[in-house]
Amino acid sequence: MSQPSISKSMTIGESGLAVVFAVTAFLCVIASAKALDAPFAFHAALSAAASLAAVFVIINRYLDRPAALPPQEINGRPNYNMGPIKFSSFMAMFWGIAGFLVGLLIASQLAWPALNLDLPWTSFGRLRPLHTSAVIFAFGGNVLIATSFYVVQKSCRARLAGDLAPWFVVVGYNFFILIAGTGYLLGVTQSKEYAEPEWYADLWLTIVWVAYLLVFLATVIKRKEPHIFVANWFYLAFIVTIAVLHLGNNPALPVSVFGSKSYVAWGGIQDAMFQWWYGHNAVGFFLTAGFLAIMYYFIPKRAERPIYSYRLSIIHFWALIFLYIWAGPHHLHYTALPDWTQTLGMTFSIMLWMPSWGGMINGLMTLSGAWDKLRTDPVLRMLVVSVAFYGMSTFEGPMMSIKVVNSLSHYTDWTIGHVHSGALGWVGFVSFGALYCLVPWAWNRKGLYSLKLVNWHFWVATLGIVLYISAMWVSGILQGLMWRAYTSLGFLEYSFIETVEAMHPFYIIRAAGGGLFLIGSLIMAYNLWMTVRVGEAEVQMPVALQPAE
Amino acid sequence: MKAILTVHNLASELVTTIWTPVFVAIFLAIIAYAFWPRNKPVFDEAAHLPLREE
Repeated sequence: MSQPSISKSMTIGESGLAVVFAVTAFLCVIASAKALDAPFAFHAALSAAASLAAVFVIINRYLDRPAALPPQEINGRPNYNMGPIKFSSFMAMFWGIAGFLVGLLIASQLAWPALNLDLPWTSFGRLRPLHTSAVIFAFGGNVLIATSFYVVQKSCRARLAGDLAPWFVVVGYNFFILIAGTGYLLGVTQSKEYAEPEWYADLWLTIVWVAYLLVFLATVIKRKEPHIFVANWFYLAFIVTIAVLHLGNNPALPVSVFGSKSYVAWGGIQDAMFQWWYGHNAVGFFLTAGFLAIMYYFIPKRAERPIYSYRLSIIHFWALIFLYIWAGPHHLHYTALPDWTQTLGMTFSIMLWMPSWGGMINGLMTLSGAWDKLRTDPVLRMLVVSVAFYGMSTFEGPMMSIKVVNSLSHYTDWTIGHVHSGALGWVGFVSFGALYCLVPWAWNRKGLYSLKLVNWHFWVATLGIVLYISAMWVSGILQGLMWRAYTSLGFLEYSFIETVEAMHPFYIIRAAGGGLFLIGSLIMAYNLWMTVRVGEAEVQMPVALQPAE
Repeated sequence: MKAILTVHNLASELVTTIWTPVFVAIFLAIIAYAFWPRNKPVFDEAAHLPLREE
């Protein structure tokens, strides 16, 4: 039973982190007491409580664990670390439902404004960033962390680097989400789209993100597989670029270290350009590169077919990296941004069409010889349809970046439609497909609880997306045309309120579409929950396959 | 208008002028790497990587 040869002691990571969190708890109590505004006091108190909880958990974990840390390999096979992956998968599902629900609420507010309840905390302006952050960073982010930790281990044939570090990443990231989300509701925001969290949340995210990069890199470095698989390149580009974007867009000077308000270092058009360099590359590297990594691992795996063209995947990767970073100015057409910069952004956006479609073709053609599986496997169908949506929205995006098209589409619901065909169709479906694969693998189950329910999820959600995006296209183009309509005497034909009135039916259709998408995710949560609860355990391959010594 | 030639001007001119050919060259090198016949077995092997389970 006991192994007397090893004496038990805390690792440097355990003792160090416990001390750091103890000091942080103390500092946060002081910050809470000296806070200049109530939300900051709340966040400082929350951080103090979380830090104390972290100290408790670290020490408890140490007392419960055996003297030796988990081995890197068991019987010659890598001893994969699934704990943080399970945690992130669970949080992804939780935040996904929360984010879709808030999305449905604000869509309904646009159709029936009384639903804002006349309260500051439930007003559209505060709930909208809650929705975008919950679906992009909380749902999408947890999916990316969970899948990246899985893919990097499997494709490198090495256990995840670090003992506490992966846990620090997944729990720390979700704590950032909690601070950011509650901040929005309390009115704490630096008013930069998709970068709303204030300075202290940004600093915390920086620490967590560096830890994420180190865990990922250290795992790649100790790999047993000589070649670094293409999905890892995409994940690495996602992690590194998000770090650079976050640091570039968020330098800010707090009014006081005891208050939530800060002022961003950049001013005027430079600030706008920084913001959309950040914003567009958050789309390019968070919502595209990261999820393309999922495509390159999960589609071959699920279809049991090799990647159609590995050469194309290399060119896809580098073309995307070289081009995406320049496309941001298309968000600032017809603004104070210099004209040549706008044209540059437009040109690079159009060029992006090529790598995007190269990647889409690569993903779709991976099904060569396995197309029949689309009929029988709804999970694979979800993954493949997501790639089709990727192709659709990466055609639409470059088109909308053309200045003449943009003069009609900009500031209208067309943009919302475009974003959601990418977000619901591409990011949403590829994430759902990945989670449907990942949960049985991580929890060691033979398969999903019910493929029939996946089928229901697929069709309900697809119908929801179609309702959503077609409503927004019609509404957006209608809105754009009404804004630019002139009478024969040269006056504007419609007042603003007339355009709002015209959009009302489409807002109801959009809310209905969002409702269907939410119902689909609830079906999924039930299915995954039952997979974990009652799913049949996968029988481990016998170790006897090893050659005799 | 004649620009005054300083070290800083020269450096910034050089950087803004040569980055296009440099990036194009790097990208062409990547394409050559992807299509180099000797690399083909490595890539064919890598395409199967997700399918190898342990």
